[in-house]
Amino acid sequence: MVAVTSSGTAVVTLPTDTQILITREFAAPKHLVYKAYTTPELIKRWWNAKRGEVTVCDVDLRVGGKWRYVMVTADGTEVGFHGQYKEIVPDERLVSTEVFEGIPVPDGEEEQGTLNTLTLAEVGGRTTLTVLVEAGTQEVRDAIIESGMEAGMQDAMDLLEELAVSLA
Amino acid sequence: MARAATTTDAFNAVAEPRRRQILDVLAGSERPVNDIVALLGLGQPQVSKHLRVLREVGLVEVREEGRQRMYRLNGQPLKPIHDWVKNYERSWEQRFEALDELLEELKEEG
Repeated sequence: MVAVTSSGTAVVTLPTDTQILITREFAAPKHLVYKAYTTPELIKRWWNAKRGEVTVCDVDLRVGGKWRYVMVTADGTEVGFHGQYKEIVPDERLVSTEVFEGIPVPDGEEEQGTLNTLTLAEVGGRTTLTVLVEAGTQEVRDAIIESGMEAGMQDAMDLLEELAVSLA
Repeated sequence: MARAATTTDAFNAVAEPRRRQILDVLAGSERPVNDIVALLGLGQPQVSKHLRVLREVGLVEVREEGRQRMYRLNGQPLKPIHDWVKNYERSWEQRFEALDELLEELKEEG
């Protein structure tokens, strides 16, 4: 018997000028998705997206606890992220901050990151995962755009799809 | 970091909800300013101000037709946003495909 592995395709939308929303369906119950999302030895197996090796994966899964992931890409570049857990509802919801370590923080200034909310909703053994990334202020959003990583968190996705036709 | 002016590029120009509404209206067809005013229920000075910003980043073009100025959409400046979203989507999808495989293993383990 062939297992049904077909899942959704990640969909990214831009609900407001400071948010990114990622949605994806998985052919698995939510407690397994949550486990894969919060267990270091499991995180190491998917978070790298097969593009590098995860060399650091610290998870202190409690409110106020810190996390940090570091990946080394094939060309030797180190990419690090860290943050703090703000809200934890096992198998359903995980709110945490996320700071990209590639952006230098000027002396005396606080590092700026995003607030990420993971939600898992299960129907009939399939799980819809959403990650809402909130930049908080337009300054942070602009900083992210400047970093070349996440240009343009404006809405306009519907509009863009419509326009894409005329861009061809 | 200094905040970019709204006229710098399309990203900032479309961050304003009213300007997105104007683009939506123009996506349907070319229109004079009075149409936009009527459709959105905004004041003419406000609409004119937004149109000026949209023109500066090249999202809207204008031509004279008799005594009217006709505005139309030019989607090209939005392409970088579209490209970015697609690229971001792809990188998450790669990550999620690795997660799919892992979840299959976890299901078998029960």
